[in-house]
Amino acid sequence: MRSGAAPAAPPYPLSGGRQMTAVTTDTPVRLTDSTKFRAWAEAVAIPVGALVVSALIFSIFLIFLGKSPVDYFQLLWKGGFGTSFSIQNTLQRAAPLILCGLAFAIPAQIGLTMIGAEGALVLGGFSAAAIAIPLVTGGVPVVLAMPIMALCAMAVGGAWIAIVGWLRHARGVNETISSLLMTYIAIAIMNFFVEGALRDPGSANKPSTMPIGKDYMVGYIPGTDIHWGLVAGIVLAIALQILMTRTTFGFAARVTGGNARAALAQGLPVGRLMVACTAIAGACAGLAGYYEVAAIHGQANASLVAGYGFTGILISFLARHNPIMILPVAVMFGAIEASGGLIQRRMDMPDATALVLQGIIFVVLLTSETLYGRFAIFQQKAGAERT
Amino acid sequence: MSIHGVSRRTLLKAGAAGLASTALPLGAIRSAQAADVIVGAVYVGPRDDFGWNQAHAVAMEILKGVDNVEVIEEENVPETDAVAKSMESMINLDGANLILATSFGYYKPFVLDLAKKYPDVQFRHAAPLWNADTDPKNAGSYFCYLNQAHYVDGVAAGLSTTTNKIGFVAAKPIPSVLSNINSVLLGARSVNPEATVQVIFTGEWSMPVREAEAANALADAGCDVLTCHVDGPKVVIETAEARGVKSCGHNASQAPLAPKGFITGAEYKWETIYTMYADMLAAGEELPNFVAGGYHNDMVRNTAYGAGATPEAIKAADAAIEGLKAEKPIYVGPLKDNKGNVVIDKTYDNYDPVLDGMNYLLEGVSGSIT
Repeated sequence: MRSGAAPAAPPYPLSGGRQMTAVTTDTPVRLTDSTKFRAWAEAVAIPVGALVVSALIFSIFLIFLGKSPVDYFQLLWKGGFGTSFSIQNTLQRAAPLILCGLAFAIPAQIGLTMIGAEGALVLGGFSAAAIAIPLVTGGVPVVLAMPIMALCAMAVGGAWIAIVGWLRHARGVNETISSLLMTYIAIAIMNFFVEGALRDPGSANKPSTMPIGKDYMVGYIPGTDIHWGLVAGIVLAIALQILMTRTTFGFAARVTGGNARAALAQGLPVGRLMVACTAIAGACAGLAGYYEVAAIHGQANASLVAGYGFTGILISFLARHNPIMILPVAVMFGAIEASGGLIQRRMDMPDATALVLQGIIFVVLLTSETLYGRFAIFQQKAGAERT
Repeated sequence: MSIHGVSRRTLLKAGAAGLASTALPLGAIRSAQAADVIVGAVYVGPRDDFGWNQAHAVAMEILKGVDNVEVIEEENVPETDAVAKSMESMINLDGANLILATSFGYYKPFVLDLAKKYPDVQFRHAAPLWNADTDPKNAGSYFCYLNQAHYVDGVAAGLSTTTNKIGFVAAKPIPSVLSNINSVLLGARSVNPEATVQVIFTGEWSMPVREAEAANALADAGCDVLTCHVDGPKVVIETAEARGVKSCGHNASQAPLAPKGFITGAEYKWETIYTMYADMLAAGEELPNFVAGGYHNDMVRNTAYGAGATPEAIKAADAAIEGLKAEKPIYVGPLKDNKGNVVIDKTYDNYDPVLDGMNYLLEGVSGSIT
């Protein structure tokens, strides 16, 4: 029984990524707890090591700036996790990042580099605010209006990004380019309506849609200042993890991601899988847009364009496109952003410092991908002979 | 073999080292000092943007010199819940007792919500949005009528142009922008009845590529003075200088960007308001909920004249400034818009609320707001 459960990390790298399965497939039948522990230890040690190396490189950068790395990391801790306010700040910021990370990860598993989550977020948020206008004026009960708004946001975001998947499959259009360009179109569509037909006449100097009103807003998780988008993100991450690892759909998607031509030859419905995965991605981003409107702004306006969709790309890469791993990575980014202000204020450093740290982490973690399977201590003894 | 054990131990050690480097409180952190007044300012862009944010940062720099005042600042804070958290962090972690929220979109809902949550902290926002009937009493607005300084720009530009065409790169057709465009026209017309203003809207507050395209298009169309109302005027002023045409600035001083063609520029003088707030807080007085002004109460200024300003332009602009200090009206009615409708029926005071709802371009401005 146990012997079948051995394939070690990474569960599903991008096509072309270095895979460890080559090491484990030919391992003897006697897979022990020790082997599993080694695989687990490798999956933990390499990212943690990469984070430590990133911290060291960043410390050198700080020393060159004449700032104390100790102060920096103390403040990072204090601003990100040090007080109950800091933790809530971190988690609140992580909420949209989780959903946008998922929006990149799911297409990535089927081999698509889809970078248009920002556009789906904007259109999703906008459509939620737009459909709220008749719902609110018509006096539709809140319990009904809220799910309609959320579903509308997911449907619009999903349909928007599904176009990317369909274009890729049916017309061979590069999904990276098309999704990026569609982001600009999405923002233009929102601006067109927000500054025109759907503009609240009261929003003179900042064009916005009609406010949905306090009653129709999503509240906070009781006892906290964190909106429900965080819970939605966690639930979706778990659900998508199950979908991608425990169902035939997920298996077929990952096979397609490994080699689309081989998947076609096997008779897998590659086109439908691509459209489905991109639709799921768009729905995640659209839901993030719904929470931006229904939990934060109360209306749609240019503030929806906040760059969460693009940060999601980074997060998904660091989580190796693994839905569950997106959760801790998004929290880490939430903490970096939450503490950014405190660091600016106390250490008199420019805002871009946080971007430097994010960039270093990104490069070091991606570089560390090449280390899997290279440390003898993490290999089974049979595997160790390879090096 | 003990490889296994060693790896685990090494792993633990490495993990502990990693945690120590990030987590443990190893020494005293510089904290907000025990000043009487701790002022926290939040900016939507970088502090050195040659524009809106720099104008605020310059004023905060002056505030730092005031006794008993501690200044904390945060830049590049977007108009999302990030700003709510930034302000809350200044209150919770730094003990700020006055928050200056300097970007338009910070007010609703973020400033309003936090003002209710923290009734002992004062919040002031840089746009005329505070509503005495509905908004918390510890919130408020401050605002400067920059169009008065743009009127002076117009006077200087009207005497500096030879083609009688002044180019204006504008962000969005909203009242505060339209008022600046119309004021440039009226200033120019006051000294040069032939002067016209050509406007191009970029549609975004900050879109450097489009701003450069617009500036080039205006120069190609024969405009020999360019000015603008965008968040960061740097690109417009630099493009004007590169094209060999003169320029007038906006928000902060752009004089260093155009050593040959800079005439003057419309600048905010936020320090008048900020030092007043700090003094009142230190004295234990209640802050006013609404502060607005222009030349007559020292809240705007024009940048020192550059090489592009002719002696007669300087003379006329100085006279215009004296007029504004004496509250001489800019909008002398009746005035028509550029479609021929009478939009200003009579002469309005420079601070009349009717002008705050401006949604037209005056006759003499070529361009469309739709």
